[in-house]
Amino acid sequence: MKVRVVVMPKQSVLDPQGVAVRNALKDLGLQTVESVRVGKVLELEFTTVPDEQRLHEICRDLLSNPVIEDYAIRYPSVVTM
Amino acid sequence: MKIAVLQFPGSNCDQDCLRALRDGVRVEADYLWHKDRSVLGFDAVVLPGGFSYGDYLRCGAIARFSPIMKAVVSAAKDGMPVIGICNGFQILCEAGLLPGALIRNQSLHFVCQPVWLRTETAETPFTAKLEKGRLLRMPVAHGEGSYFADSQTLEILESQDRVVFRYADELGQTTSESNPNGSFANIAGICNQERNVLGMMPHPDRAWDRRLGSEDGKLLFESLVANLELAAVR
Repeated sequence: MKVRVVVMPKQSVLDPQGVAVRNALKDLGLQTVESVRVGKVLELEFTTVPDEQRLHEICRDLLSNPVIEDYAIRYPSVVTM
Repeated sequence: MKIAVLQFPGSNCDQDCLRALRDGVRVEADYLWHKDRSVLGFDAVVLPGGFSYGDYLRCGAIARFSPIMKAVVSAAKDGMPVIGICNGFQILCEAGLLPGALIRNQSLHFVCQPVWLRTETAETPFTAKLEKGRLLRMPVAHGEGSYFADSQTLEILESQDRVVFRYADELGQTTSESNPNGSFANIAGICNQERNVLGMMPHPDRAWDRRLGSEDGKLLFESLVANLELAAVR
């Protein structure tokens, strides 16, 4: 079973990567782009259905840093059905 | 008296730290490997700079879970002096021994240059031989050293006098030009509430001999040794 964890910088955290990408997009002629934020996606493959609470624990403890990042757990196989 | 220098896969300032201790301040020092499980026999711990575990996921995120860190966290809670330099600072934040986080430099550039630091407090084992306002010269070398914390945490740090160093110019003014990475309030180093854990991005381990361009970093290690000697007498 596949679980996707999306980790994004918090709104209150300056994301200089996002600013650089936004500027590059503007340079490419995409004038309407207002802001870009760069995060990351982790795909976890499980042999059985993982415990939801345990998933949140690993998201808080390791996969994201709650001081600077928010995370969301997605189940891509469930979404596509 | 013996001081531990931790080695994680990817640490690269471990030798600098060991030399600063052994040759700079003539104190016994030895390495502890990330798989070690105890700091028994040591009186203080140095977490060196580098790229522990390749900086994968986030700087310090994986190092924080290494076996030795369990022992360091518990020793720190019992009052043992612990200093994290550069990547060591990032590890201490990830481990929850220090608040806040270190994020990508605002400029996106890796900064590698000498900076001026203004000492904000002498009330730590590492700054006891300094005085408030004392300027220190030492290098920074990092890509992710911008100190971030929410406003409530920043308020607590300020009100408890826990900002230990700030980036400043040669006159001691904390200008934005003297801030190499975009850190909040020019913060270069902080300590925990009990004041025995210090994290800082600049490298005292690269500034302990005139041949390195500055001897100012030595003052931190000398302070530590003096503090440990005092503790031994008590």
